[in-house]
This record gives sequence, structure tokens and C-alpha cells, in this order.
Amino acid sequence: MKFGVVVFPGSNCDQDLVDAISIGMQQEVVKLWHKSHDLQGCDFILLPGGFSYGDYLRSGAIARISPIMQEVVQHANSGGYVMGICNGFQILTEAGLLPGALLRNVNQKFICDNVYIKPATTNLLPTRLLDLNKAYKIPVAHGEGRYHADTDTLKRLHDNDQIMFKYSSNAAETHELYNVNGSLLNIAGVSNEKKNVFGMMPHPERAVDPELGNTDGRAIFESIVELVNA
Amino acid sequence: MFIHYKSQTNVEQHTTVETARKLGLLEEEFERIKQILGRTPNFTELSIFSVMWSEHCSYKNSIVWLKTLPKSSPRILAEAGEENAGLVDIGDGYACSFKIESHNHPSAIEPYQGAATGVGGINRDIFTMGARPIAQLNSLRFGNIHSEKTQRLLRGVVKGIGDYGNAFGIPTVGGELFFDECYNINPLVNAFSAGIVKVGQTASATSYGAGNPVFIVGSATGKDGIHGAAFASKDITEDSVNDLPSVQVGDPFQEKLLLEASLEIIQSGDLIGIQDMGAAGITCSTSEMSAKGEHGMDIWLDKVPMRQANMVPFEILLSESQERMLIVMKKGAEQTIKDICDKWDLYCEQIGVVTEGGQLRYYQNGELVAEVPANDLVLGGGAPVYHREYREPAYFSEAKKFNIDEVEEPEDLQAVAEFLATHPNIASKRWVYRQYDSMVGTATMSTNAPADAAVVKVKGTDKSIVVTVDCNSRYVHADPEQGCAIAVAEAARNIVCAGGEPVAITNCLNFGNPYVPEVYWQFVGAIKGMKKACEALGTPVTGGNVSFYNQSSDEGPVFPTPTIGMLGIMEKKDNKMTLAFQQAGDAIYMLGEAQNDIASSEYLYSYHNVKLSPAPYFNMESELNVQAAVKELIADKLIQSAHDVADGGLYITLLESAMPNELGFDVETDKNYRKDAYLFGESQSRIVVSVAPGKQEAFEKALQNKQVTFKKLGVVTRHDCHIDGVLFHGISVAKKHYDTALEQILE
Repeated sequence: MKFGVVVFPGSNCDQDLVDAISIGMQQEVVKLWHKSHDLQGCDFILLPGGFSYGDYLRSGAIARISPIMQEVVQHANSGGYVMGICNGFQILTEAGLLPGALLRNVNQKFICDNVYIKPATTNLLPTRLLDLNKAYKIPVAHGEGRYHADTDTLKRLHDNDQIMFKYSSNAAETHELYNVNGSLLNIAGVSNEKKNVFGMMPHPERAVDPELGNTDGRAIFESIVELVNA
Repeated sequence: MFIHYKSQTNVEQHTTVETARKLGLLEEEFERIKQILGRTPNFTELSIFSVMWSEHCSYKNSIVWLKTLPKSSPRILAEAGEENAGLVDIGDGYACSFKIESHNHPSAIEPYQGAATGVGGINRDIFTMGARPIAQLNSLRFGNIHSEKTQRLLRGVVKGIGDYGNAFGIPTVGGELFFDECYNINPLVNAFSAGIVKVGQTASATSYGAGNPVFIVGSATGKDGIHGAAFASKDITEDSVNDLPSVQVGDPFQEKLLLEASLEIIQSGDLIGIQDMGAAGITCSTSEMSAKGEHGMDIWLDKVPMRQANMVPFEILLSESQERMLIVMKKGAEQTIKDICDKWDLYCEQIGVVTEGGQLRYYQNGELVAEVPANDLVLGGGAPVYHREYREPAYFSEAKKFNIDEVEEPEDLQAVAEFLATHPNIASKRWVYRQYDSMVGTATMSTNAPADAAVVKVKGTDKSIVVTVDCNSRYVHADPEQGCAIAVAEAARNIVCAGGEPVAITNCLNFGNPYVPEVYWQFVGAIKGMKKACEALGTPVTGGNVSFYNQSSDEGPVFPTPTIGMLGIMEKKDNKMTLAFQQAGDAIYMLGEAQNDIASSEYLYSYHNVKLSPAPYFNMESELNVQAAVKELIADKLIQSAHDVADGGLYITLLESAMPNELGFDVETDKNYRKDAYLFGESQSRIVVSVAPGKQEAFEKALQNKQVTFKKLGVVTRHDCHIDGVLFHGISVAKKHYDTALEQILE
């Protein structure tokens, strides 16, 4: 199992992801440069958080046409695993690999905070080992994280079990009160129809290192590592 | 007033005393320039002198006193003034580069860009040293929070800091926010950054080796920020909006690319020197690097990548366009720097060459447009140095007449408690810090266990840095010497409470007009207090900046505000201490002696509206004793939490310790003191700690032979806060009021 973290100009969570996977999970991981066409034989591609291309035009809008993304799209279309976190999620929606869009937070501000999310299913790779009744404390840090999709899409996401995470209370209640950015249905993360591409706004890589006092994100990486290695 | 000399490109262009005056130079300075050059300068040359000799670049009105500050210790690798930022050895082959800088004047006019470019500038100072920034803090002061103007400034500044810092990708881990009418027109925006570099891999702001190529790297040069340094060196008034072209525009995306490219260039091994272009742009970087390396430069201004057409030489030389670096490489390494910049999609142009001798020659299309000696432009070289007159202001002795007996003790102390907990100066700054990414970098240890100072891991080692910015400017106004000593002592206390060892400071000296003797008296007093405290605490000054003219023509100067940014080191991560109570049943103690003192407290100033009183009680020896005791208690694992008594007094300290884990407290006051003074007074050198039941005996024993007064106040409880048996409030209600007070005003 080999992980690849794509580095766009303006990515700033790439090293955090590399640390979480290499130090936290003891897995092989390499960085993939945006100008390259080589995925270096990686099985699992991660698109990190940050402000790729300065968020010029629109978050993720320019990153999706970078050279490496042509390969990432091909990798995904042939069934390979791809996951985007924060800006990575935005890029995947812009690239059409994930349904919906991420709009400006409802309070019109950047929000950095510890929030709780609960898995909406355990049928997706990153939530396989998670407890459906548990809230996981995972930090968010974004200005454009309000998940939006049309009614038909939302219905398909629901019917096909593609909703990965919802914002919740610390007791896993998914009330509107705990909806940090105004996302439809409290959606914090989704998958594609084939369930090999995933996106989430919260940063699980920020909740892996025990020295930071929060390891709730480990279960997500463990789910990925365990299944793929099995 | 902004001068447009667009059509005047002629080298011979005549200048007079009047031209010099318009550029902010004194008559005597104009005479001196003529002497240096042996002729009358042309307009371009005069512009160069005017920015280099502005207060902002030359420190001409402050350097005499700055030189009295302690600046060395075995840990100091780069002393104050030697490089772009201070450099401190943190052991195991690593060093920390850190600095604080003001961006007050730009923020007063254009809060969003003013604050954003302040963040950009301070981070460039860190990574030109070769250090990768790992932590940012900021210290902000505004006028009356209920005024529309303050709210506009606050929103803009916070968004500017957030948008820039978040995109740049370095966590903002702490800071200060303070409101007072004295900042109505002139807010203070001070930005701090700290970075890590391996010892021996640092870069220097120098230039030498005739024939070596000089490059400009980063953004193209435009007309923004021309005369920014001169603008920062005069009073802020309502007319300052006319100086809008003096404000720069920031692009954090370029900064991020510049960071990565600069570090790669430094690590290439082919670098001679590097300096960022902040104040006074190409002028400042070419002259300071050349003076330091005792060489000259020929610079070809037409080679500079330009954002707009028809820029004349003085505009190119003075432009403060952001995200640019001046880099001198070894001859033959031209392709190395070009390849790195290509990789990061940055402009990289050779704009000149290092020469023998100390002359700076600037050419435009082959024509010499200015020639000046580098050394005469810079601090420590030919820049003027002034001894300014100072005089004790009348209010100082007036303040000393304050007598606590003239203040009636309120009957309803619960109302005072509620008032203070929701006062904008004390209430949670959540509205602000939620807009800053505090966790990027996965190294912030003070998010999930809050502490008196920010604690950030140095990855690849077992160490952390512990950083804080502190200054209670009300104390400094009341008594500059004592108040500034308190600012240093409080910064150290915060670092000690978080589990760190204070090692050095950087300062941001925000004062009024230095030509006003009463203002200069405040400056001199503050420096004396800082010197005393830094010597006592063993924390030398590694640099910083001076911001004078924080003064509105109609409303007098701002409070003297010498913001202290302090660096501490934590050798082992298990030494980290939180401010949060951990468990009901733990005992609560106060270390340090209570006083019958409410002087300069938020309680006296805002609740009783007594605006003039001395600085709070402070004794350096007690301070050192209490800090030493807490260090030992933490090392011996005898305490569960440590939190210093600061703004709002003991009551606010207890509340702040109780809230993170939603616990309560049950404490008794001491009948030997007025109850309001005991609960809300701000006398210094006190720390509240909590102790697990099984460790109380060992705890008390450990303190018995120390020169520290301690007193058991009570216990941590599950939910409710009782004082002398009276229920003040449940913790969930108090926490909600405290957390949302700023939001209530701003949303």
C-alpha cells in the first residue's frame, strides 16, 4: 500500500498529511508534484488542504486543470482510491470526481475550530471501522466549506449511501444547531457513486498525533489502512 | 500629502530645502546629505535618503536608548540589529528566529491590507534567515468597541490577518486584543512570527564579492507603498486617508511560493546573502546588504519586473510592493536560482552586480540616475542619531495621589464579576481567533489543553517553543518604567505557567510623537523598565521595531505600548502545563502575596471609571521567586494546572481555569484584604495552581523552604462557582456569557 500526497502551489497541509501517514500510521507515502504526470505507482492518492493556486478564481478551480490531476482523474476512473481533505475536497468537486460544491460558509467567515462529526455509514472505506453512534472530534479550518447539491443529487447520495460524515454534537446528534458552516443535511464528507473517491472538509490528519491531545482522526486512517492492506 | 513627480526623470533635477522638507527631512539633514555627496542630491537621491533616514528605517530618535538594552546571552546567535530577525540557539543543533513588527499606520487607513501585509512582512523577516516559520501571534489594540469605526477597523484587521496567515499556512497560535478610547484613531497592529532553522544553515542579509550577480525574486514591482516608510514616520490624522497610495497590497499565495523558493535557494549552498523588501523596497535592501558586506552595487532599474508601465526611478526604488526578495548569489550559480524560481513559478531577474567600494549606482536604460554611498544611508553608518529631550508629564504625579480608600466597595460583587467577565478586554476572544487557522502544521499543543502561552512542537526534536505577546498599556501609561517591567515579567510568567523556560524577547515599541518631550519621557521610562526586567529574568532583547507617531493631532498620543514578544523553550513535552482545572476535588492554591491594591485594574478603570492611578503593585524579587517555584512544581509533577493572575484579577483567573473543562470552584477570600481588591485587584506576581488530593502534602512540603507565600483558596467543584459560601453562578452560564460577549457586540 503506497500513499501519494499531491502538492499544488499553495497547498499547506501536505506535510501534515505525510506526517500523519508516515509517523502516525507507519505507511509508505510520497509527495507528488503538480507539474508531474507520474503517480509513482501510488495506490491511494490524497489531495491535501491549503489554498491551491491561491484560490484564484474559485477554490480548486485552477488545481483541477493541473497536469497531475489528469492522472488522478484517470486513476479514479479506473477504480483507484482518491481522497480530498478541505481544499482537496473542493478540487475533487471542481474536477467532477465528487458530486456537489463547497460554498462560502453561511457566516461569511473563515472558521477554525474543533467540531464533532459522526459517520453516516460504515459502508465506505474511511468509515469502515468507525462507530455509527460516536461523535469524532476533528478540526475544521475553511472559509468555503458549506456543502451544496441539488435535491436530486442529495437524494441519490442518501439512497446510495454516499454521505460519509455529518456535523454533530459531541453526543452524535446531527441537529442543525451543530452545523458549523451551513452545509445541506449537515454534510461534512461524501463519496462518489463507485465509492472509491472521498472528500471531507474536516482535517483528520490534525487529530492523529497523541502529543496534540486529540487522536479521534486515527480511526479514519486506520479504516483505510486496514482494509487496503487486508 | 503625497508628492507626484511623475514627469521628472531628469537626473539633474534640482532639489532644495523645501523639497527635503516635503520628503520629511529636516534642514540639518539636507545639509548633511549635501556634505556626504559633495554636491546637491537629485530628486531620486534625496528620496533615497528620505526613506533610509526616516524613523522607520534609521531608528534615529530611538537608537541611543535601544542600545542600553541587554542583548547577549550564551544562546544568542544573532544579536539585535545584526540580521533581519533575532536568532536563538534552542539546542540539539536547532535555532529559533523570531521577531515582532508593527503595521499600525497602514492598518489605520486600510485595515484589511494593512494588517495582511504586516503578517507578510514579519514572516519574510523570518524566512530570509533560512528559518521556516512555525508560529504566528498578534497583538491588537483598538478604540471604543461600540464605535462603528472601531468595528470596521477590527473586522478588517482580523480578516486581513486571517486571510493572509491562513493561506500562507502557518498557524496563528495566540495574541492579545485590548480596547481603549486612546486608540480610537490610531489602532495598533503588531505581528509576531517564529521559525526554526538548523544551526549553520542560516542565511545572512549581506552582499560581497565583486562580480556576484544580484537578483530580484518574487512579485513584480508596482506603485504601491511608495513612501510607506516615511508615511509610518509621521502623525496619523484624519487627513491620513490621502496617504492611501502609501499602503501596500498583499498576496499570501506569492508569499507561500517565495517561502519555499527562498528556503531552497538558501539550501543550495550558492547564496551570498538575502533580504526581503519591506520598508523602502529596493533602496533599503540594496543599501543595508551592501553596507553590511562592505561592498557596492550597480543596479539596473529597467531590468526590474514591473507591474505597470512608466514607473520613474524613484518609484521603482521606493516601491513597497510585497512578496519580493533581493538575493545575491555566487557568480556561476545563475542557473541554480533560475531553476528554483521556475519550479515555483516566480519572477527571477538579475538586476545588478556587486562592485568593489561602497557606492550604490542605480541605472535606468544605461543612464546613471542616482549614486549614493551605502554606508551613509544606514543605521550604524551615516544615518543621523538624535538625543531627544524628555520631560515628566503632569499626570504622572497626579496618578500617584490615588488612594483606594476613596473608592467605595460595591455591595454586589456578583454584578462586578459579571461585568468583568463580559468586558471586551477580558471576555473570550473567540470571535477573533476562530477566524485564524491555529492548527495547520499539526504542531500546536495548546489547542486541546489551553495554556498561558502558546506551545508549538519543534518537529524532529523532543522540544517545543513556548511563545507569548504581552503588554498592559494602561500600566505603562500609569508608570512607564514599572509598567514595562510588568509587561516583561508577565510574558515570562505566562511562559513559565505553560511549562517553558523564558530565553529572549523581541519588542514592538508603539509610542506617540518623539518630538513631544512628555511622549519621549514615556519611551525612556519604558526602556529603563524593560532593561531592568530583561536583566533580572535573563531574557535579552533580540530586536523588534519602533513605531512612533501613534498619535492623533487632535486626541493626543496613544497609551505607550511596548509590546513584548517572548520566546521560551520546553525541553521535554511532558513538561507542558495547562491553565485548565482537571478534576473536581483538586485543591486550589494561590502562590504569591495578595495586596490591598486595585490600581490600574480593569475593575477600577472601567467599573469605577477612575482613569488615573499608579501601576499595580509589583516587586521583581517576588516575581522571580514565584516563577522559580512554579517551574519546580511543574518539573516535579506536583500540580494539575497553573494560571497567572492578570487582567480582571483573581476572580477572572479562577473562572478562566474552570471554564475549559466546565468545572466550578469553591473558594474563601482573605479577611485581611478588601474583598474587591482580593478578587479583582491586579497586583502582580501571583499564580493560581490546582493540586490533586494525593499530592497536597508533597506540594506544601516542596514550598516550605521557598521564599514564596502560598495560600489554599479552596477546591475545584463539579459545576458551581462559590465565593465565601455565596453562589456566584453555574459554570455553564458563566462560560456562555464569557464566550459570547464579543459576538454580542460585533454580530
